[in-house]
Amino acid sequence: MSLLVAEDIHGGYGGVDILNSANLRVDADEIVVIIGPNGAGKSTLIKAVFGLVPIRRGTVTFDGNAITNQRPDVLVARGMSYVPQERNVFPTLSVTENLEMGAYTRTDDYSADMAAIFDIFPVLAERRRQPAGQLSGGQRQMVAIGRALMVKPRLLLLDEPTAGLSPKFVDEILERITAINQLGVAVLMVEQNARRALELAHRGYVLVMGACRIEDTGANLLANREVGEAFLGGRAAND
Amino acid sequence: MIDILQLLIFGIVLGGIIALGAVGVSLLFGILRFAHFAHGDMMTLGAYLAFAFVAGLGWPLLAAFPLAVLLTVGVAVLIDQVLYRRLRRKAPVILLFSSFGVALMLRAIIELVWGPDTVVYDSAIQLPWRIAGLRIKPDHVTIVIGAIVLVTALHLFLQRTRTGKAMRAMADEPDLAQVTGINTERVVIWTWIIGSALAAAAGIFLALDTRLVPLLGWNLLLPVFAAAILGGIGRPYGAIFGGLVIGISTEMSTLAIAPVYKPAVAFTIILIMLIWRPTGLLRGR
Repeated sequence: MSLLVAEDIHGGYGGVDILNSANLRVDADEIVVIIGPNGAGKSTLIKAVFGLVPIRRGTVTFDGNAITNQRPDVLVARGMSYVPQERNVFPTLSVTENLEMGAYTRTDDYSADMAAIFDIFPVLAERRRQPAGQLSGGQRQMVAIGRALMVKPRLLLLDEPTAGLSPKFVDEILERITAINQLGVAVLMVEQNARRALELAHRGYVLVMGACRIEDTGANLLANREVGEAFLGGRAAND
Repeated sequence: MIDILQLLIFGIVLGGIIALGAVGVSLLFGILRFAHFAHGDMMTLGAYLAFAFVAGLGWPLLAAFPLAVLLTVGVAVLIDQVLYRRLRRKAPVILLFSSFGVALMLRAIIELVWGPDTVVYDSAIQLPWRIAGLRIKPDHVTIVIGAIVLVTALHLFLQRTRTGKAMRAMADEPDLAQVTGINTERVVIWTWIIGSALAAAAGIFLALDTRLVPLLGWNLLLPVFAAAILGGIGRPYGAIFGGLVIGISTEMSTLAIAPVYKPAVAFTIILIMLIWRPTGLLRGR
């Protein structure tokens, strides 16, 4: 059984539906990437799953339970966490405090999990006392992902984790996402570095006009001519 | 030189009082995104509740203080749950105007209960200590020590406790606080508890330094807002710094201008800040 199933999702902000019958699923231990043209509703789909955009029609189930339109704090308690694209750290709080806030819903001892996050992102351990707002863009992204991992989620939702990062950090963040996945966390992410993301994804969806047009393995999507021409923007533009 | 030192002492006393009020205004703005206009009247309420125990029951002020603070906190949380909670999803300007209404109601109730006349905690004349040519009133020492204790307690709360850190997190990024799973309603209630407790303390200290009138806190609202803006709205540490700057510069201004113009100092500082650096000296919102 899939960990996350979204079926026939319609919804959007205000009265306008951005999503028009979007379907997707994420199995436990999978990395799934959503790609597609600008304005297709990629980020909206992730937000709808996480209860940040109202779903007008359709159902979302997580681990077999219906979670359609559930509030984010309820979903966090159920083992799902989300990293927004922007403004995803608390800038005046130190790195350690950002991670502590990630564990806000936990009442047990989380020091081992914090140590594990410092193992994944060693640079954060060096800067643990520094306010997150003073870090570089790539390091802030690490804090944001680390914060989301503090609840020991079974599913991590990432909205364009490499947006605006230098190439060096793009590689590092994507590499770390694979490492996190190997620890047993399923990942659903929207990524504008489509080619790079599909290389590490188990499966991918191409979202067009609010619906999932193509679903396939990452490797097959990379090899697919139609996808390559229409959504990976040709070799020159991406490489 | 003695004059300047003497004014500095007065400025620190006034600044401490303003700082206690400004911290609450700043925290409330950071968390709830509206300027709490009833903050001055919260101060007045705290001061009069303490007066009720001192004058009515003959308690020493030290015993009346915690109970008055506690009751003010109760009133603030009650007003939040009955009124502001229903307006949280509305535009901030609606919250601002309803707090203006709360300010008028609180003041009317205070006048109804205690009357419009001036009263004092203790009518005995306090002789100041004379130290190296300076006159220091025992009450001023009480106020400064009280302010230091409260600010230290606030600092420990914000830095060491889970709720205090969540409060800073929510002031930083409210949307992120929500997706992180922070119980934002709980943080809001704690913000009222801290803000109104410090306001009540400020009101009692101000009444101790001057006299009790129903306009006690309302008259201090402008300097309190000036301090919050100066420190960067939403930044509690900035508000403490802003309070001291406003207090000291208000008292020092009497070296150059007539004392009746003292209230203009805070107003001038607000104007200069809003034109020159609207995010505050410590970069708030």
